[in-house]
Amino acid sequence: MLNCKDASRLMSEREERVLSLRERFGLALHLAICFGCRRFDRQLSLLRRAFRKLGLDYKAKLEGIDLSPDARERLRNALAEAERHQGDSR
Amino acid sequence: MNDGPAGMPESWLSEHGTALYRYALAQTRDEHRAEEVVQETLLAALESRSRFAGNASVRTWLISILKHKLIDLFRREARETPLDDPDDPEGTDALFDERFNASGHWREQLAEWGNPEELLERNQFLEILQRCLDALPKRLARLFWLREVMEENTETVCQELSITPTNLWTMLYRTRLRLRECVDQNWAGQV
Repeated sequence: MLNCKDASRLMSEREERVLSLRERFGLALHLAICFGCRRFDRQLSLLRRAFRKLGLDYKAKLEGIDLSPDARERLRNALAEAERHQGDSR
Repeated sequence: MNDGPAGMPESWLSEHGTALYRYALAQTRDEHRAEEVVQETLLAALESRSRFAGNASVRTWLISILKHKLIDLFRREARETPLDDPDDPEGTDALFDERFNASGHWREQLAEWGNPEELLERNQFLEILQRCLDALPKRLARLFWLREVMEENTETVCQELSITPTNLWTMLYRTRLRLRECVDQNWAGQV
């Protein structure tokens, strides 16, 4: 019989891998009788949705982000210098 | 001057710099780190450009170099993480003991957070999540960010962080438990 600690781990791993038949059965049975784990399950899925939402927001924000002119200048110089060195050594 | 299929190095920056930077930023969430990795990528591209045969696009070639540079960066970071860092398992074990009794059952009932649909729309709730994520030990924050926030697949995350899937599952479990706890402490009182 699973305890809550085992069940909480399976609820997390369920997102990462396919649980075995035995694990799925054990988890379903535990959830049927455990109010605490049902609440944990709901909180975990809320966290998942919320963090994915943060991720989508971040990805949208990235669309407007670019290297600053200064950063571009630094990179251009680093590249040019490395190219000169490469030319010297040939 | 013959530049071959890789083209002029100058064009890597002007045509692909933005894409490289955004990719690096999405993985590192750190402007300085991202710029550093882009620079390493450009220099590595310079070294290996004679080997680029033009089978893939220049963009794809540069991104694949960038991915390797990210792996290097994360390895470096993992080495630099001091040993007394709280992402050692002990910190989480204490949390386990606090939450679960000796027979592995919840010590006390978990608090109710409220209606999920409403919470997802509450900025205050999302800000708490962000703060809880930022408060995680660096390695766990990185792993959770890649897997759960950026939704990278297991294989990619394991590759980038040089860990096995079993490691990843264990650390994700610990991270979820810690995040749940943090949100609980910062939010539950406000319902």
